[in-house]
This record gives sequence, structure tokens and C-alpha cells, in this order.
Amino acid sequence: MFMKIGSDLRPSSIQPDPMCPDVHHVMSISQETSDIYTLKLQPTERREAVRFAPGQFNMLYAFGVGECAISISGDPTVNNVTEHTIRRVGLVTGTLGSVRAGDSIGVRGPFGTPWPMDQARGRDVLLIAGGIGMAPLRPVIMDVLANRENYKELTILSGSRDPEGILFADELLTWKKQPGVDSKVTVDHADSRWNGNVGVVTTLVNRTVKDPKDTIAFVCGPEIMMRYAVTELQKNGLGKDQIYLSLERNMKCAIGLCGHCQFGSEFICRDGPVFRYDRIEFWLNQREL
Amino acid sequence: MTHSRYPELSEHAFFAGLDNAAVAAIQSCARDCHYATGNWIARQGAPADDLYFIQDGRVAVVFPAPQRELTIQTLSAGDIVGWSWLMPPHEWQFDIKAVKDCSMMGIDGRSLRAKCEQDHHLGYALMKRLSRVMVDRLQATRLQLMDVYENRK
Ligand SMILES: Cc1cc2nc3c(=O)[nH]c(=O)nc-3n(C[C@H](O)[C@H](O)[C@H](O)COP(=O)(O)OP(=O)(O)OC[C@H]3O[C@@H](n4cnc5c(N)ncnc54)[C@H](O)[C@@H]3O)c2cc1C
Ligand code: FES
Repeated sequence: MFMKIGSDLRPSSIQPDPMCPDVHHVMSISQETSDIYTLKLQPTERREAVRFAPGQFNMLYAFGVGECAISISGDPTVNNVTEHTIRRVGLVTGTLGSVRAGDSIGVRGPFGTPWPMDQARGRDVLLIAGGIGMAPLRPVIMDVLANRENYKELTILSGSRDPEGILFADELLTWKKQPGVDSKVTVDHADSRWNGNVGVVTTLVNRTVKDPKDTIAFVCGPEIMMRYAVTELQKNGLGKDQIYLSLERNMKCAIGLCGHCQFGSEFICRDGPVFRYDRIEFWLNQREL
Repeated sequence: MTHSRYPELSEHAFFAGLDNAAVAAIQSCARDCHYATGNWIARQGAPADDLYFIQDGRVAVVFPAPQRELTIQTLSAGDIVGWSWLMPPHEWQFDIKAVKDCSMMGIDGRSLRAKCEQDHHLGYALMKRLSRVMVDRLQATRLQLMDVYENRK
């Protein structure tokens, strides 16, 4: 099912086409939790460095099976290696989870709007992640740590279902040790062997925001959790224009042509996935959209 | 004045908007409490005579299910724990355990209840504040029960 390195989907004379996947070589696959894994990929044919901005996504293609949108979870300062952290939920994510180092998959991208790192400069940065929502926020953390002088305090609030499901658990501990960085983890379900926080991630927002006027919040996770997070952030003094969310909808083309990802007046692949809250507030509050 | 022992507590959000006399009435029922990690603060079914303001550390609200203990939520500095003292049958509904060394201000619920009976303004003000805490907790618990990290299958 997976192509071997060196095989090509198209003649090299053809210009890059956003609908045509580039063949990428799987450098490694590592298990993060029981249902989440990370792929490290490298292009086999592109000469120029593949650059992305935190928050962008690629369309990953399991040959002969299908394609899905996956955020880039790696270091934005490292060229030509792309990391994707993926939760097995269905056919494509399940198939991609069975690749081995040396296999090849197709990659289109990067696509979409990034987290507004320029807006975060000189401010406190508050990241709120639920479950796999940590994946698109990891490049933000790496960018802040690589350019520490550009930002004030970095706070990472991470929620997961149970202690076994905490994504990037070791890294969260390492990041917390960096100056000006705090990370708090909470789980929804635990027995008495767990001494950490129990409760939804939005309960951590209280007493986290120190200087609401000078804070920017990036939120990613299940949509219902993001809505509660927005409420808590607003209660703590953040304005709608200080809150950014990353949204998900089913995608096909990823370039604003097919309409599969339409969300009210927005196309999530083209106008998002990262939106300032006030831009999508109306649509987010419509039922069944 | 008893309330001068807890100067920072008059700045607690819970007390916001209460007049000085009401704050003093609450604080006159207050004492310092410390629980080391692993100690039980309350047990389900036991008489509930206390309201706690957590100043430091972390407590777990635990449901004692057969053969295992399920932690429903944890609370930490700035949070309030315990409202069973206010409503009959005045018994703890859950176990409360210190999961990280805890310093708290404990309020004697029986004295406070008596004060609320005498002074309905105080009783109403307290009831409003505690209801708000309860509603916030209920909302959070609902979200927790939705199991939002499960597959959307
Ligand atoms: C911009 C964007 C970025 C994304 N980034 C990531 C990422 O970094 N990591 C990641 O793991 N996923 C990410 N996703 C979600 C991912 O695209 C879907 O999980 C994927 O399309 C599922 O494809 P599938 O064929 O495996 O499952 P399908 O066969 O399409 O679906 C199988 C079952 O899983 C359910 N399902 C589908 N999508 C999701 C979902 N997102 N969450 C929970 N259940 C779902 C379906 O309802 C269905 O019941 C992103 C989506 C978007 C739009
Ligand atoms: S996926 Fe086709 S328009 Fe967005």
C-alpha cells in the first residue's frame, strides 16, 4: 500500500500543483499515547526547504486509501523535516498509523492561516489545548522558546481524558522548567493514584491570566471545550480580539475550491483554520453548523 | 478583630461586594487548617460542619466507588470546598482528600448557619455566592461528563 522511496507521482518538469501530493519519506513513527502517534517526514523530491508557520496543516495521503488534514506539530525552525501528530479515529488516520520508517506517503501543503505570532510579540502568551489540540500548538511553544526575548510569560494549559492520554507529557515537564514558562495539566477522569489536577481544562484559566490587557490566547481542542474556554477567557478580562481558535471541518481540496470545509461565510482551509474569535463568533454559536 | 488574621481573604472574589460587617461575621468563625498530603479532610456521610477556603495546596473531591476511589475534581488555591453544611442533612456528599500539602481557612459552618438564620441579609448574600460557585462547578462537571476527547463515533 505504501510506495517506496524514489517512486514519483508526476514528472519532475511539472510545476508544483497544490492538488498534487509530493512524495514524502517516513523517517520515523513514534507512539505518543495508546491512540496517538507522530510521523517524521522528509520530502523525497523537493529541492527547496519546506517552510511552514505554526498552526498550518498539510493534507496527508495514504496511497490508495485517502487523504486527511493534519496540523504540523514540529519545530518551525527546522527545515525539510515535517512532524505530524495524529490520532487514530478512522480509515486514513488508522492506515497512516501503520506505516514504517522507509515507507512513503503523499503530502500536500502547507495550507491555512497560522497562529498570529506577530500579535503575540511583547505579550503574555496563553495556550489552551484539549487532547490532540496540543499538536498545532507545539510549534508555537517551539517558536516562543527559540525567540524568548520576543514574548513575555508563556502559559500552557493542557487537558486530556485521563493521565495515560496526556500528549507530550515529558515535553510539558521540560518546557515548564524554562524561565518564564508555566504549564498546567488536567485530566477529566482519574482514580486516586493520580495526584495532579482533575477537571476540565477551562477550570485552569481562572487565576492564570495575570495581565488581561496584555495577554493573547490561542485555543485548540474539541469545539465545545473551545466555547467554554472563550467564556472563561472573557470572564478573566480578555477581549474577543485577543482570542484565537483553530477550527476543524472535513476537508477535500484544502485550497478553497470545493466548499467541503465551509463554515458560514468562511472556508476553514483558506480563511482558517486559525481565526480570531470575533470573526467566527456568530457562526460558532449557530447550531449544527 | 478576628478578621485581621486573614487580611488577604477580604480580597477574595467570594467576599467581593460584602460589607465589612458581613466579612467580619464570616471571619469570626474562621480558623487555620493544615492537612498533609494523603490526609482525609472529610468523609462521605460524616457531619458537614465546615466551609474551606484553600490558600495553598490541592484537594481532591473523591467518590468512594466500590473497590476504587474516583476523583471527580481537584481544587486549589483560591477555590472553596464544602457547602453541605448549608443544606440538610448537613452531611458530606463526597470524600475530600489533601493531594498536595494544604493550608486553608476553615469556617465553622454551624456558627455561620446560626448567623445566617439571625441575619437574613448575610444569609442571602452567602447563598448567592455559594450558588454561583455551585453553578460553575455543575457546568464544569457537565463538560467533563461529555467526554469531549472521545472519538466522535
Ligand atoms: C485543519 C485541520 C487540522 C487537523 N489536524 C489534526 C492533527 O494534527 N491531528 C489529528 O489527529 N487530526 C487532525 N485533524 C482531524 C483529522 O483531519 C481527522 O481526524 C481525519 O480527517 C479523520 O480521517 P479518518 O479517515 O481517519 O477518519 P474517518 O473515517 O473520516 O472518520 C472515522 C470516525 O472518526 C470520526 N472523526 C473524524 N474526524 C474526527 C476528529 N477530528 N476527531 C474525532 N473524531 C473524528 C468520524 O466522525 C468518524 O466517526 C485536523 C483536521 C483539520 C480540518
Ligand atoms: S476543503 Fe475544499 S474548500 Fe476547503
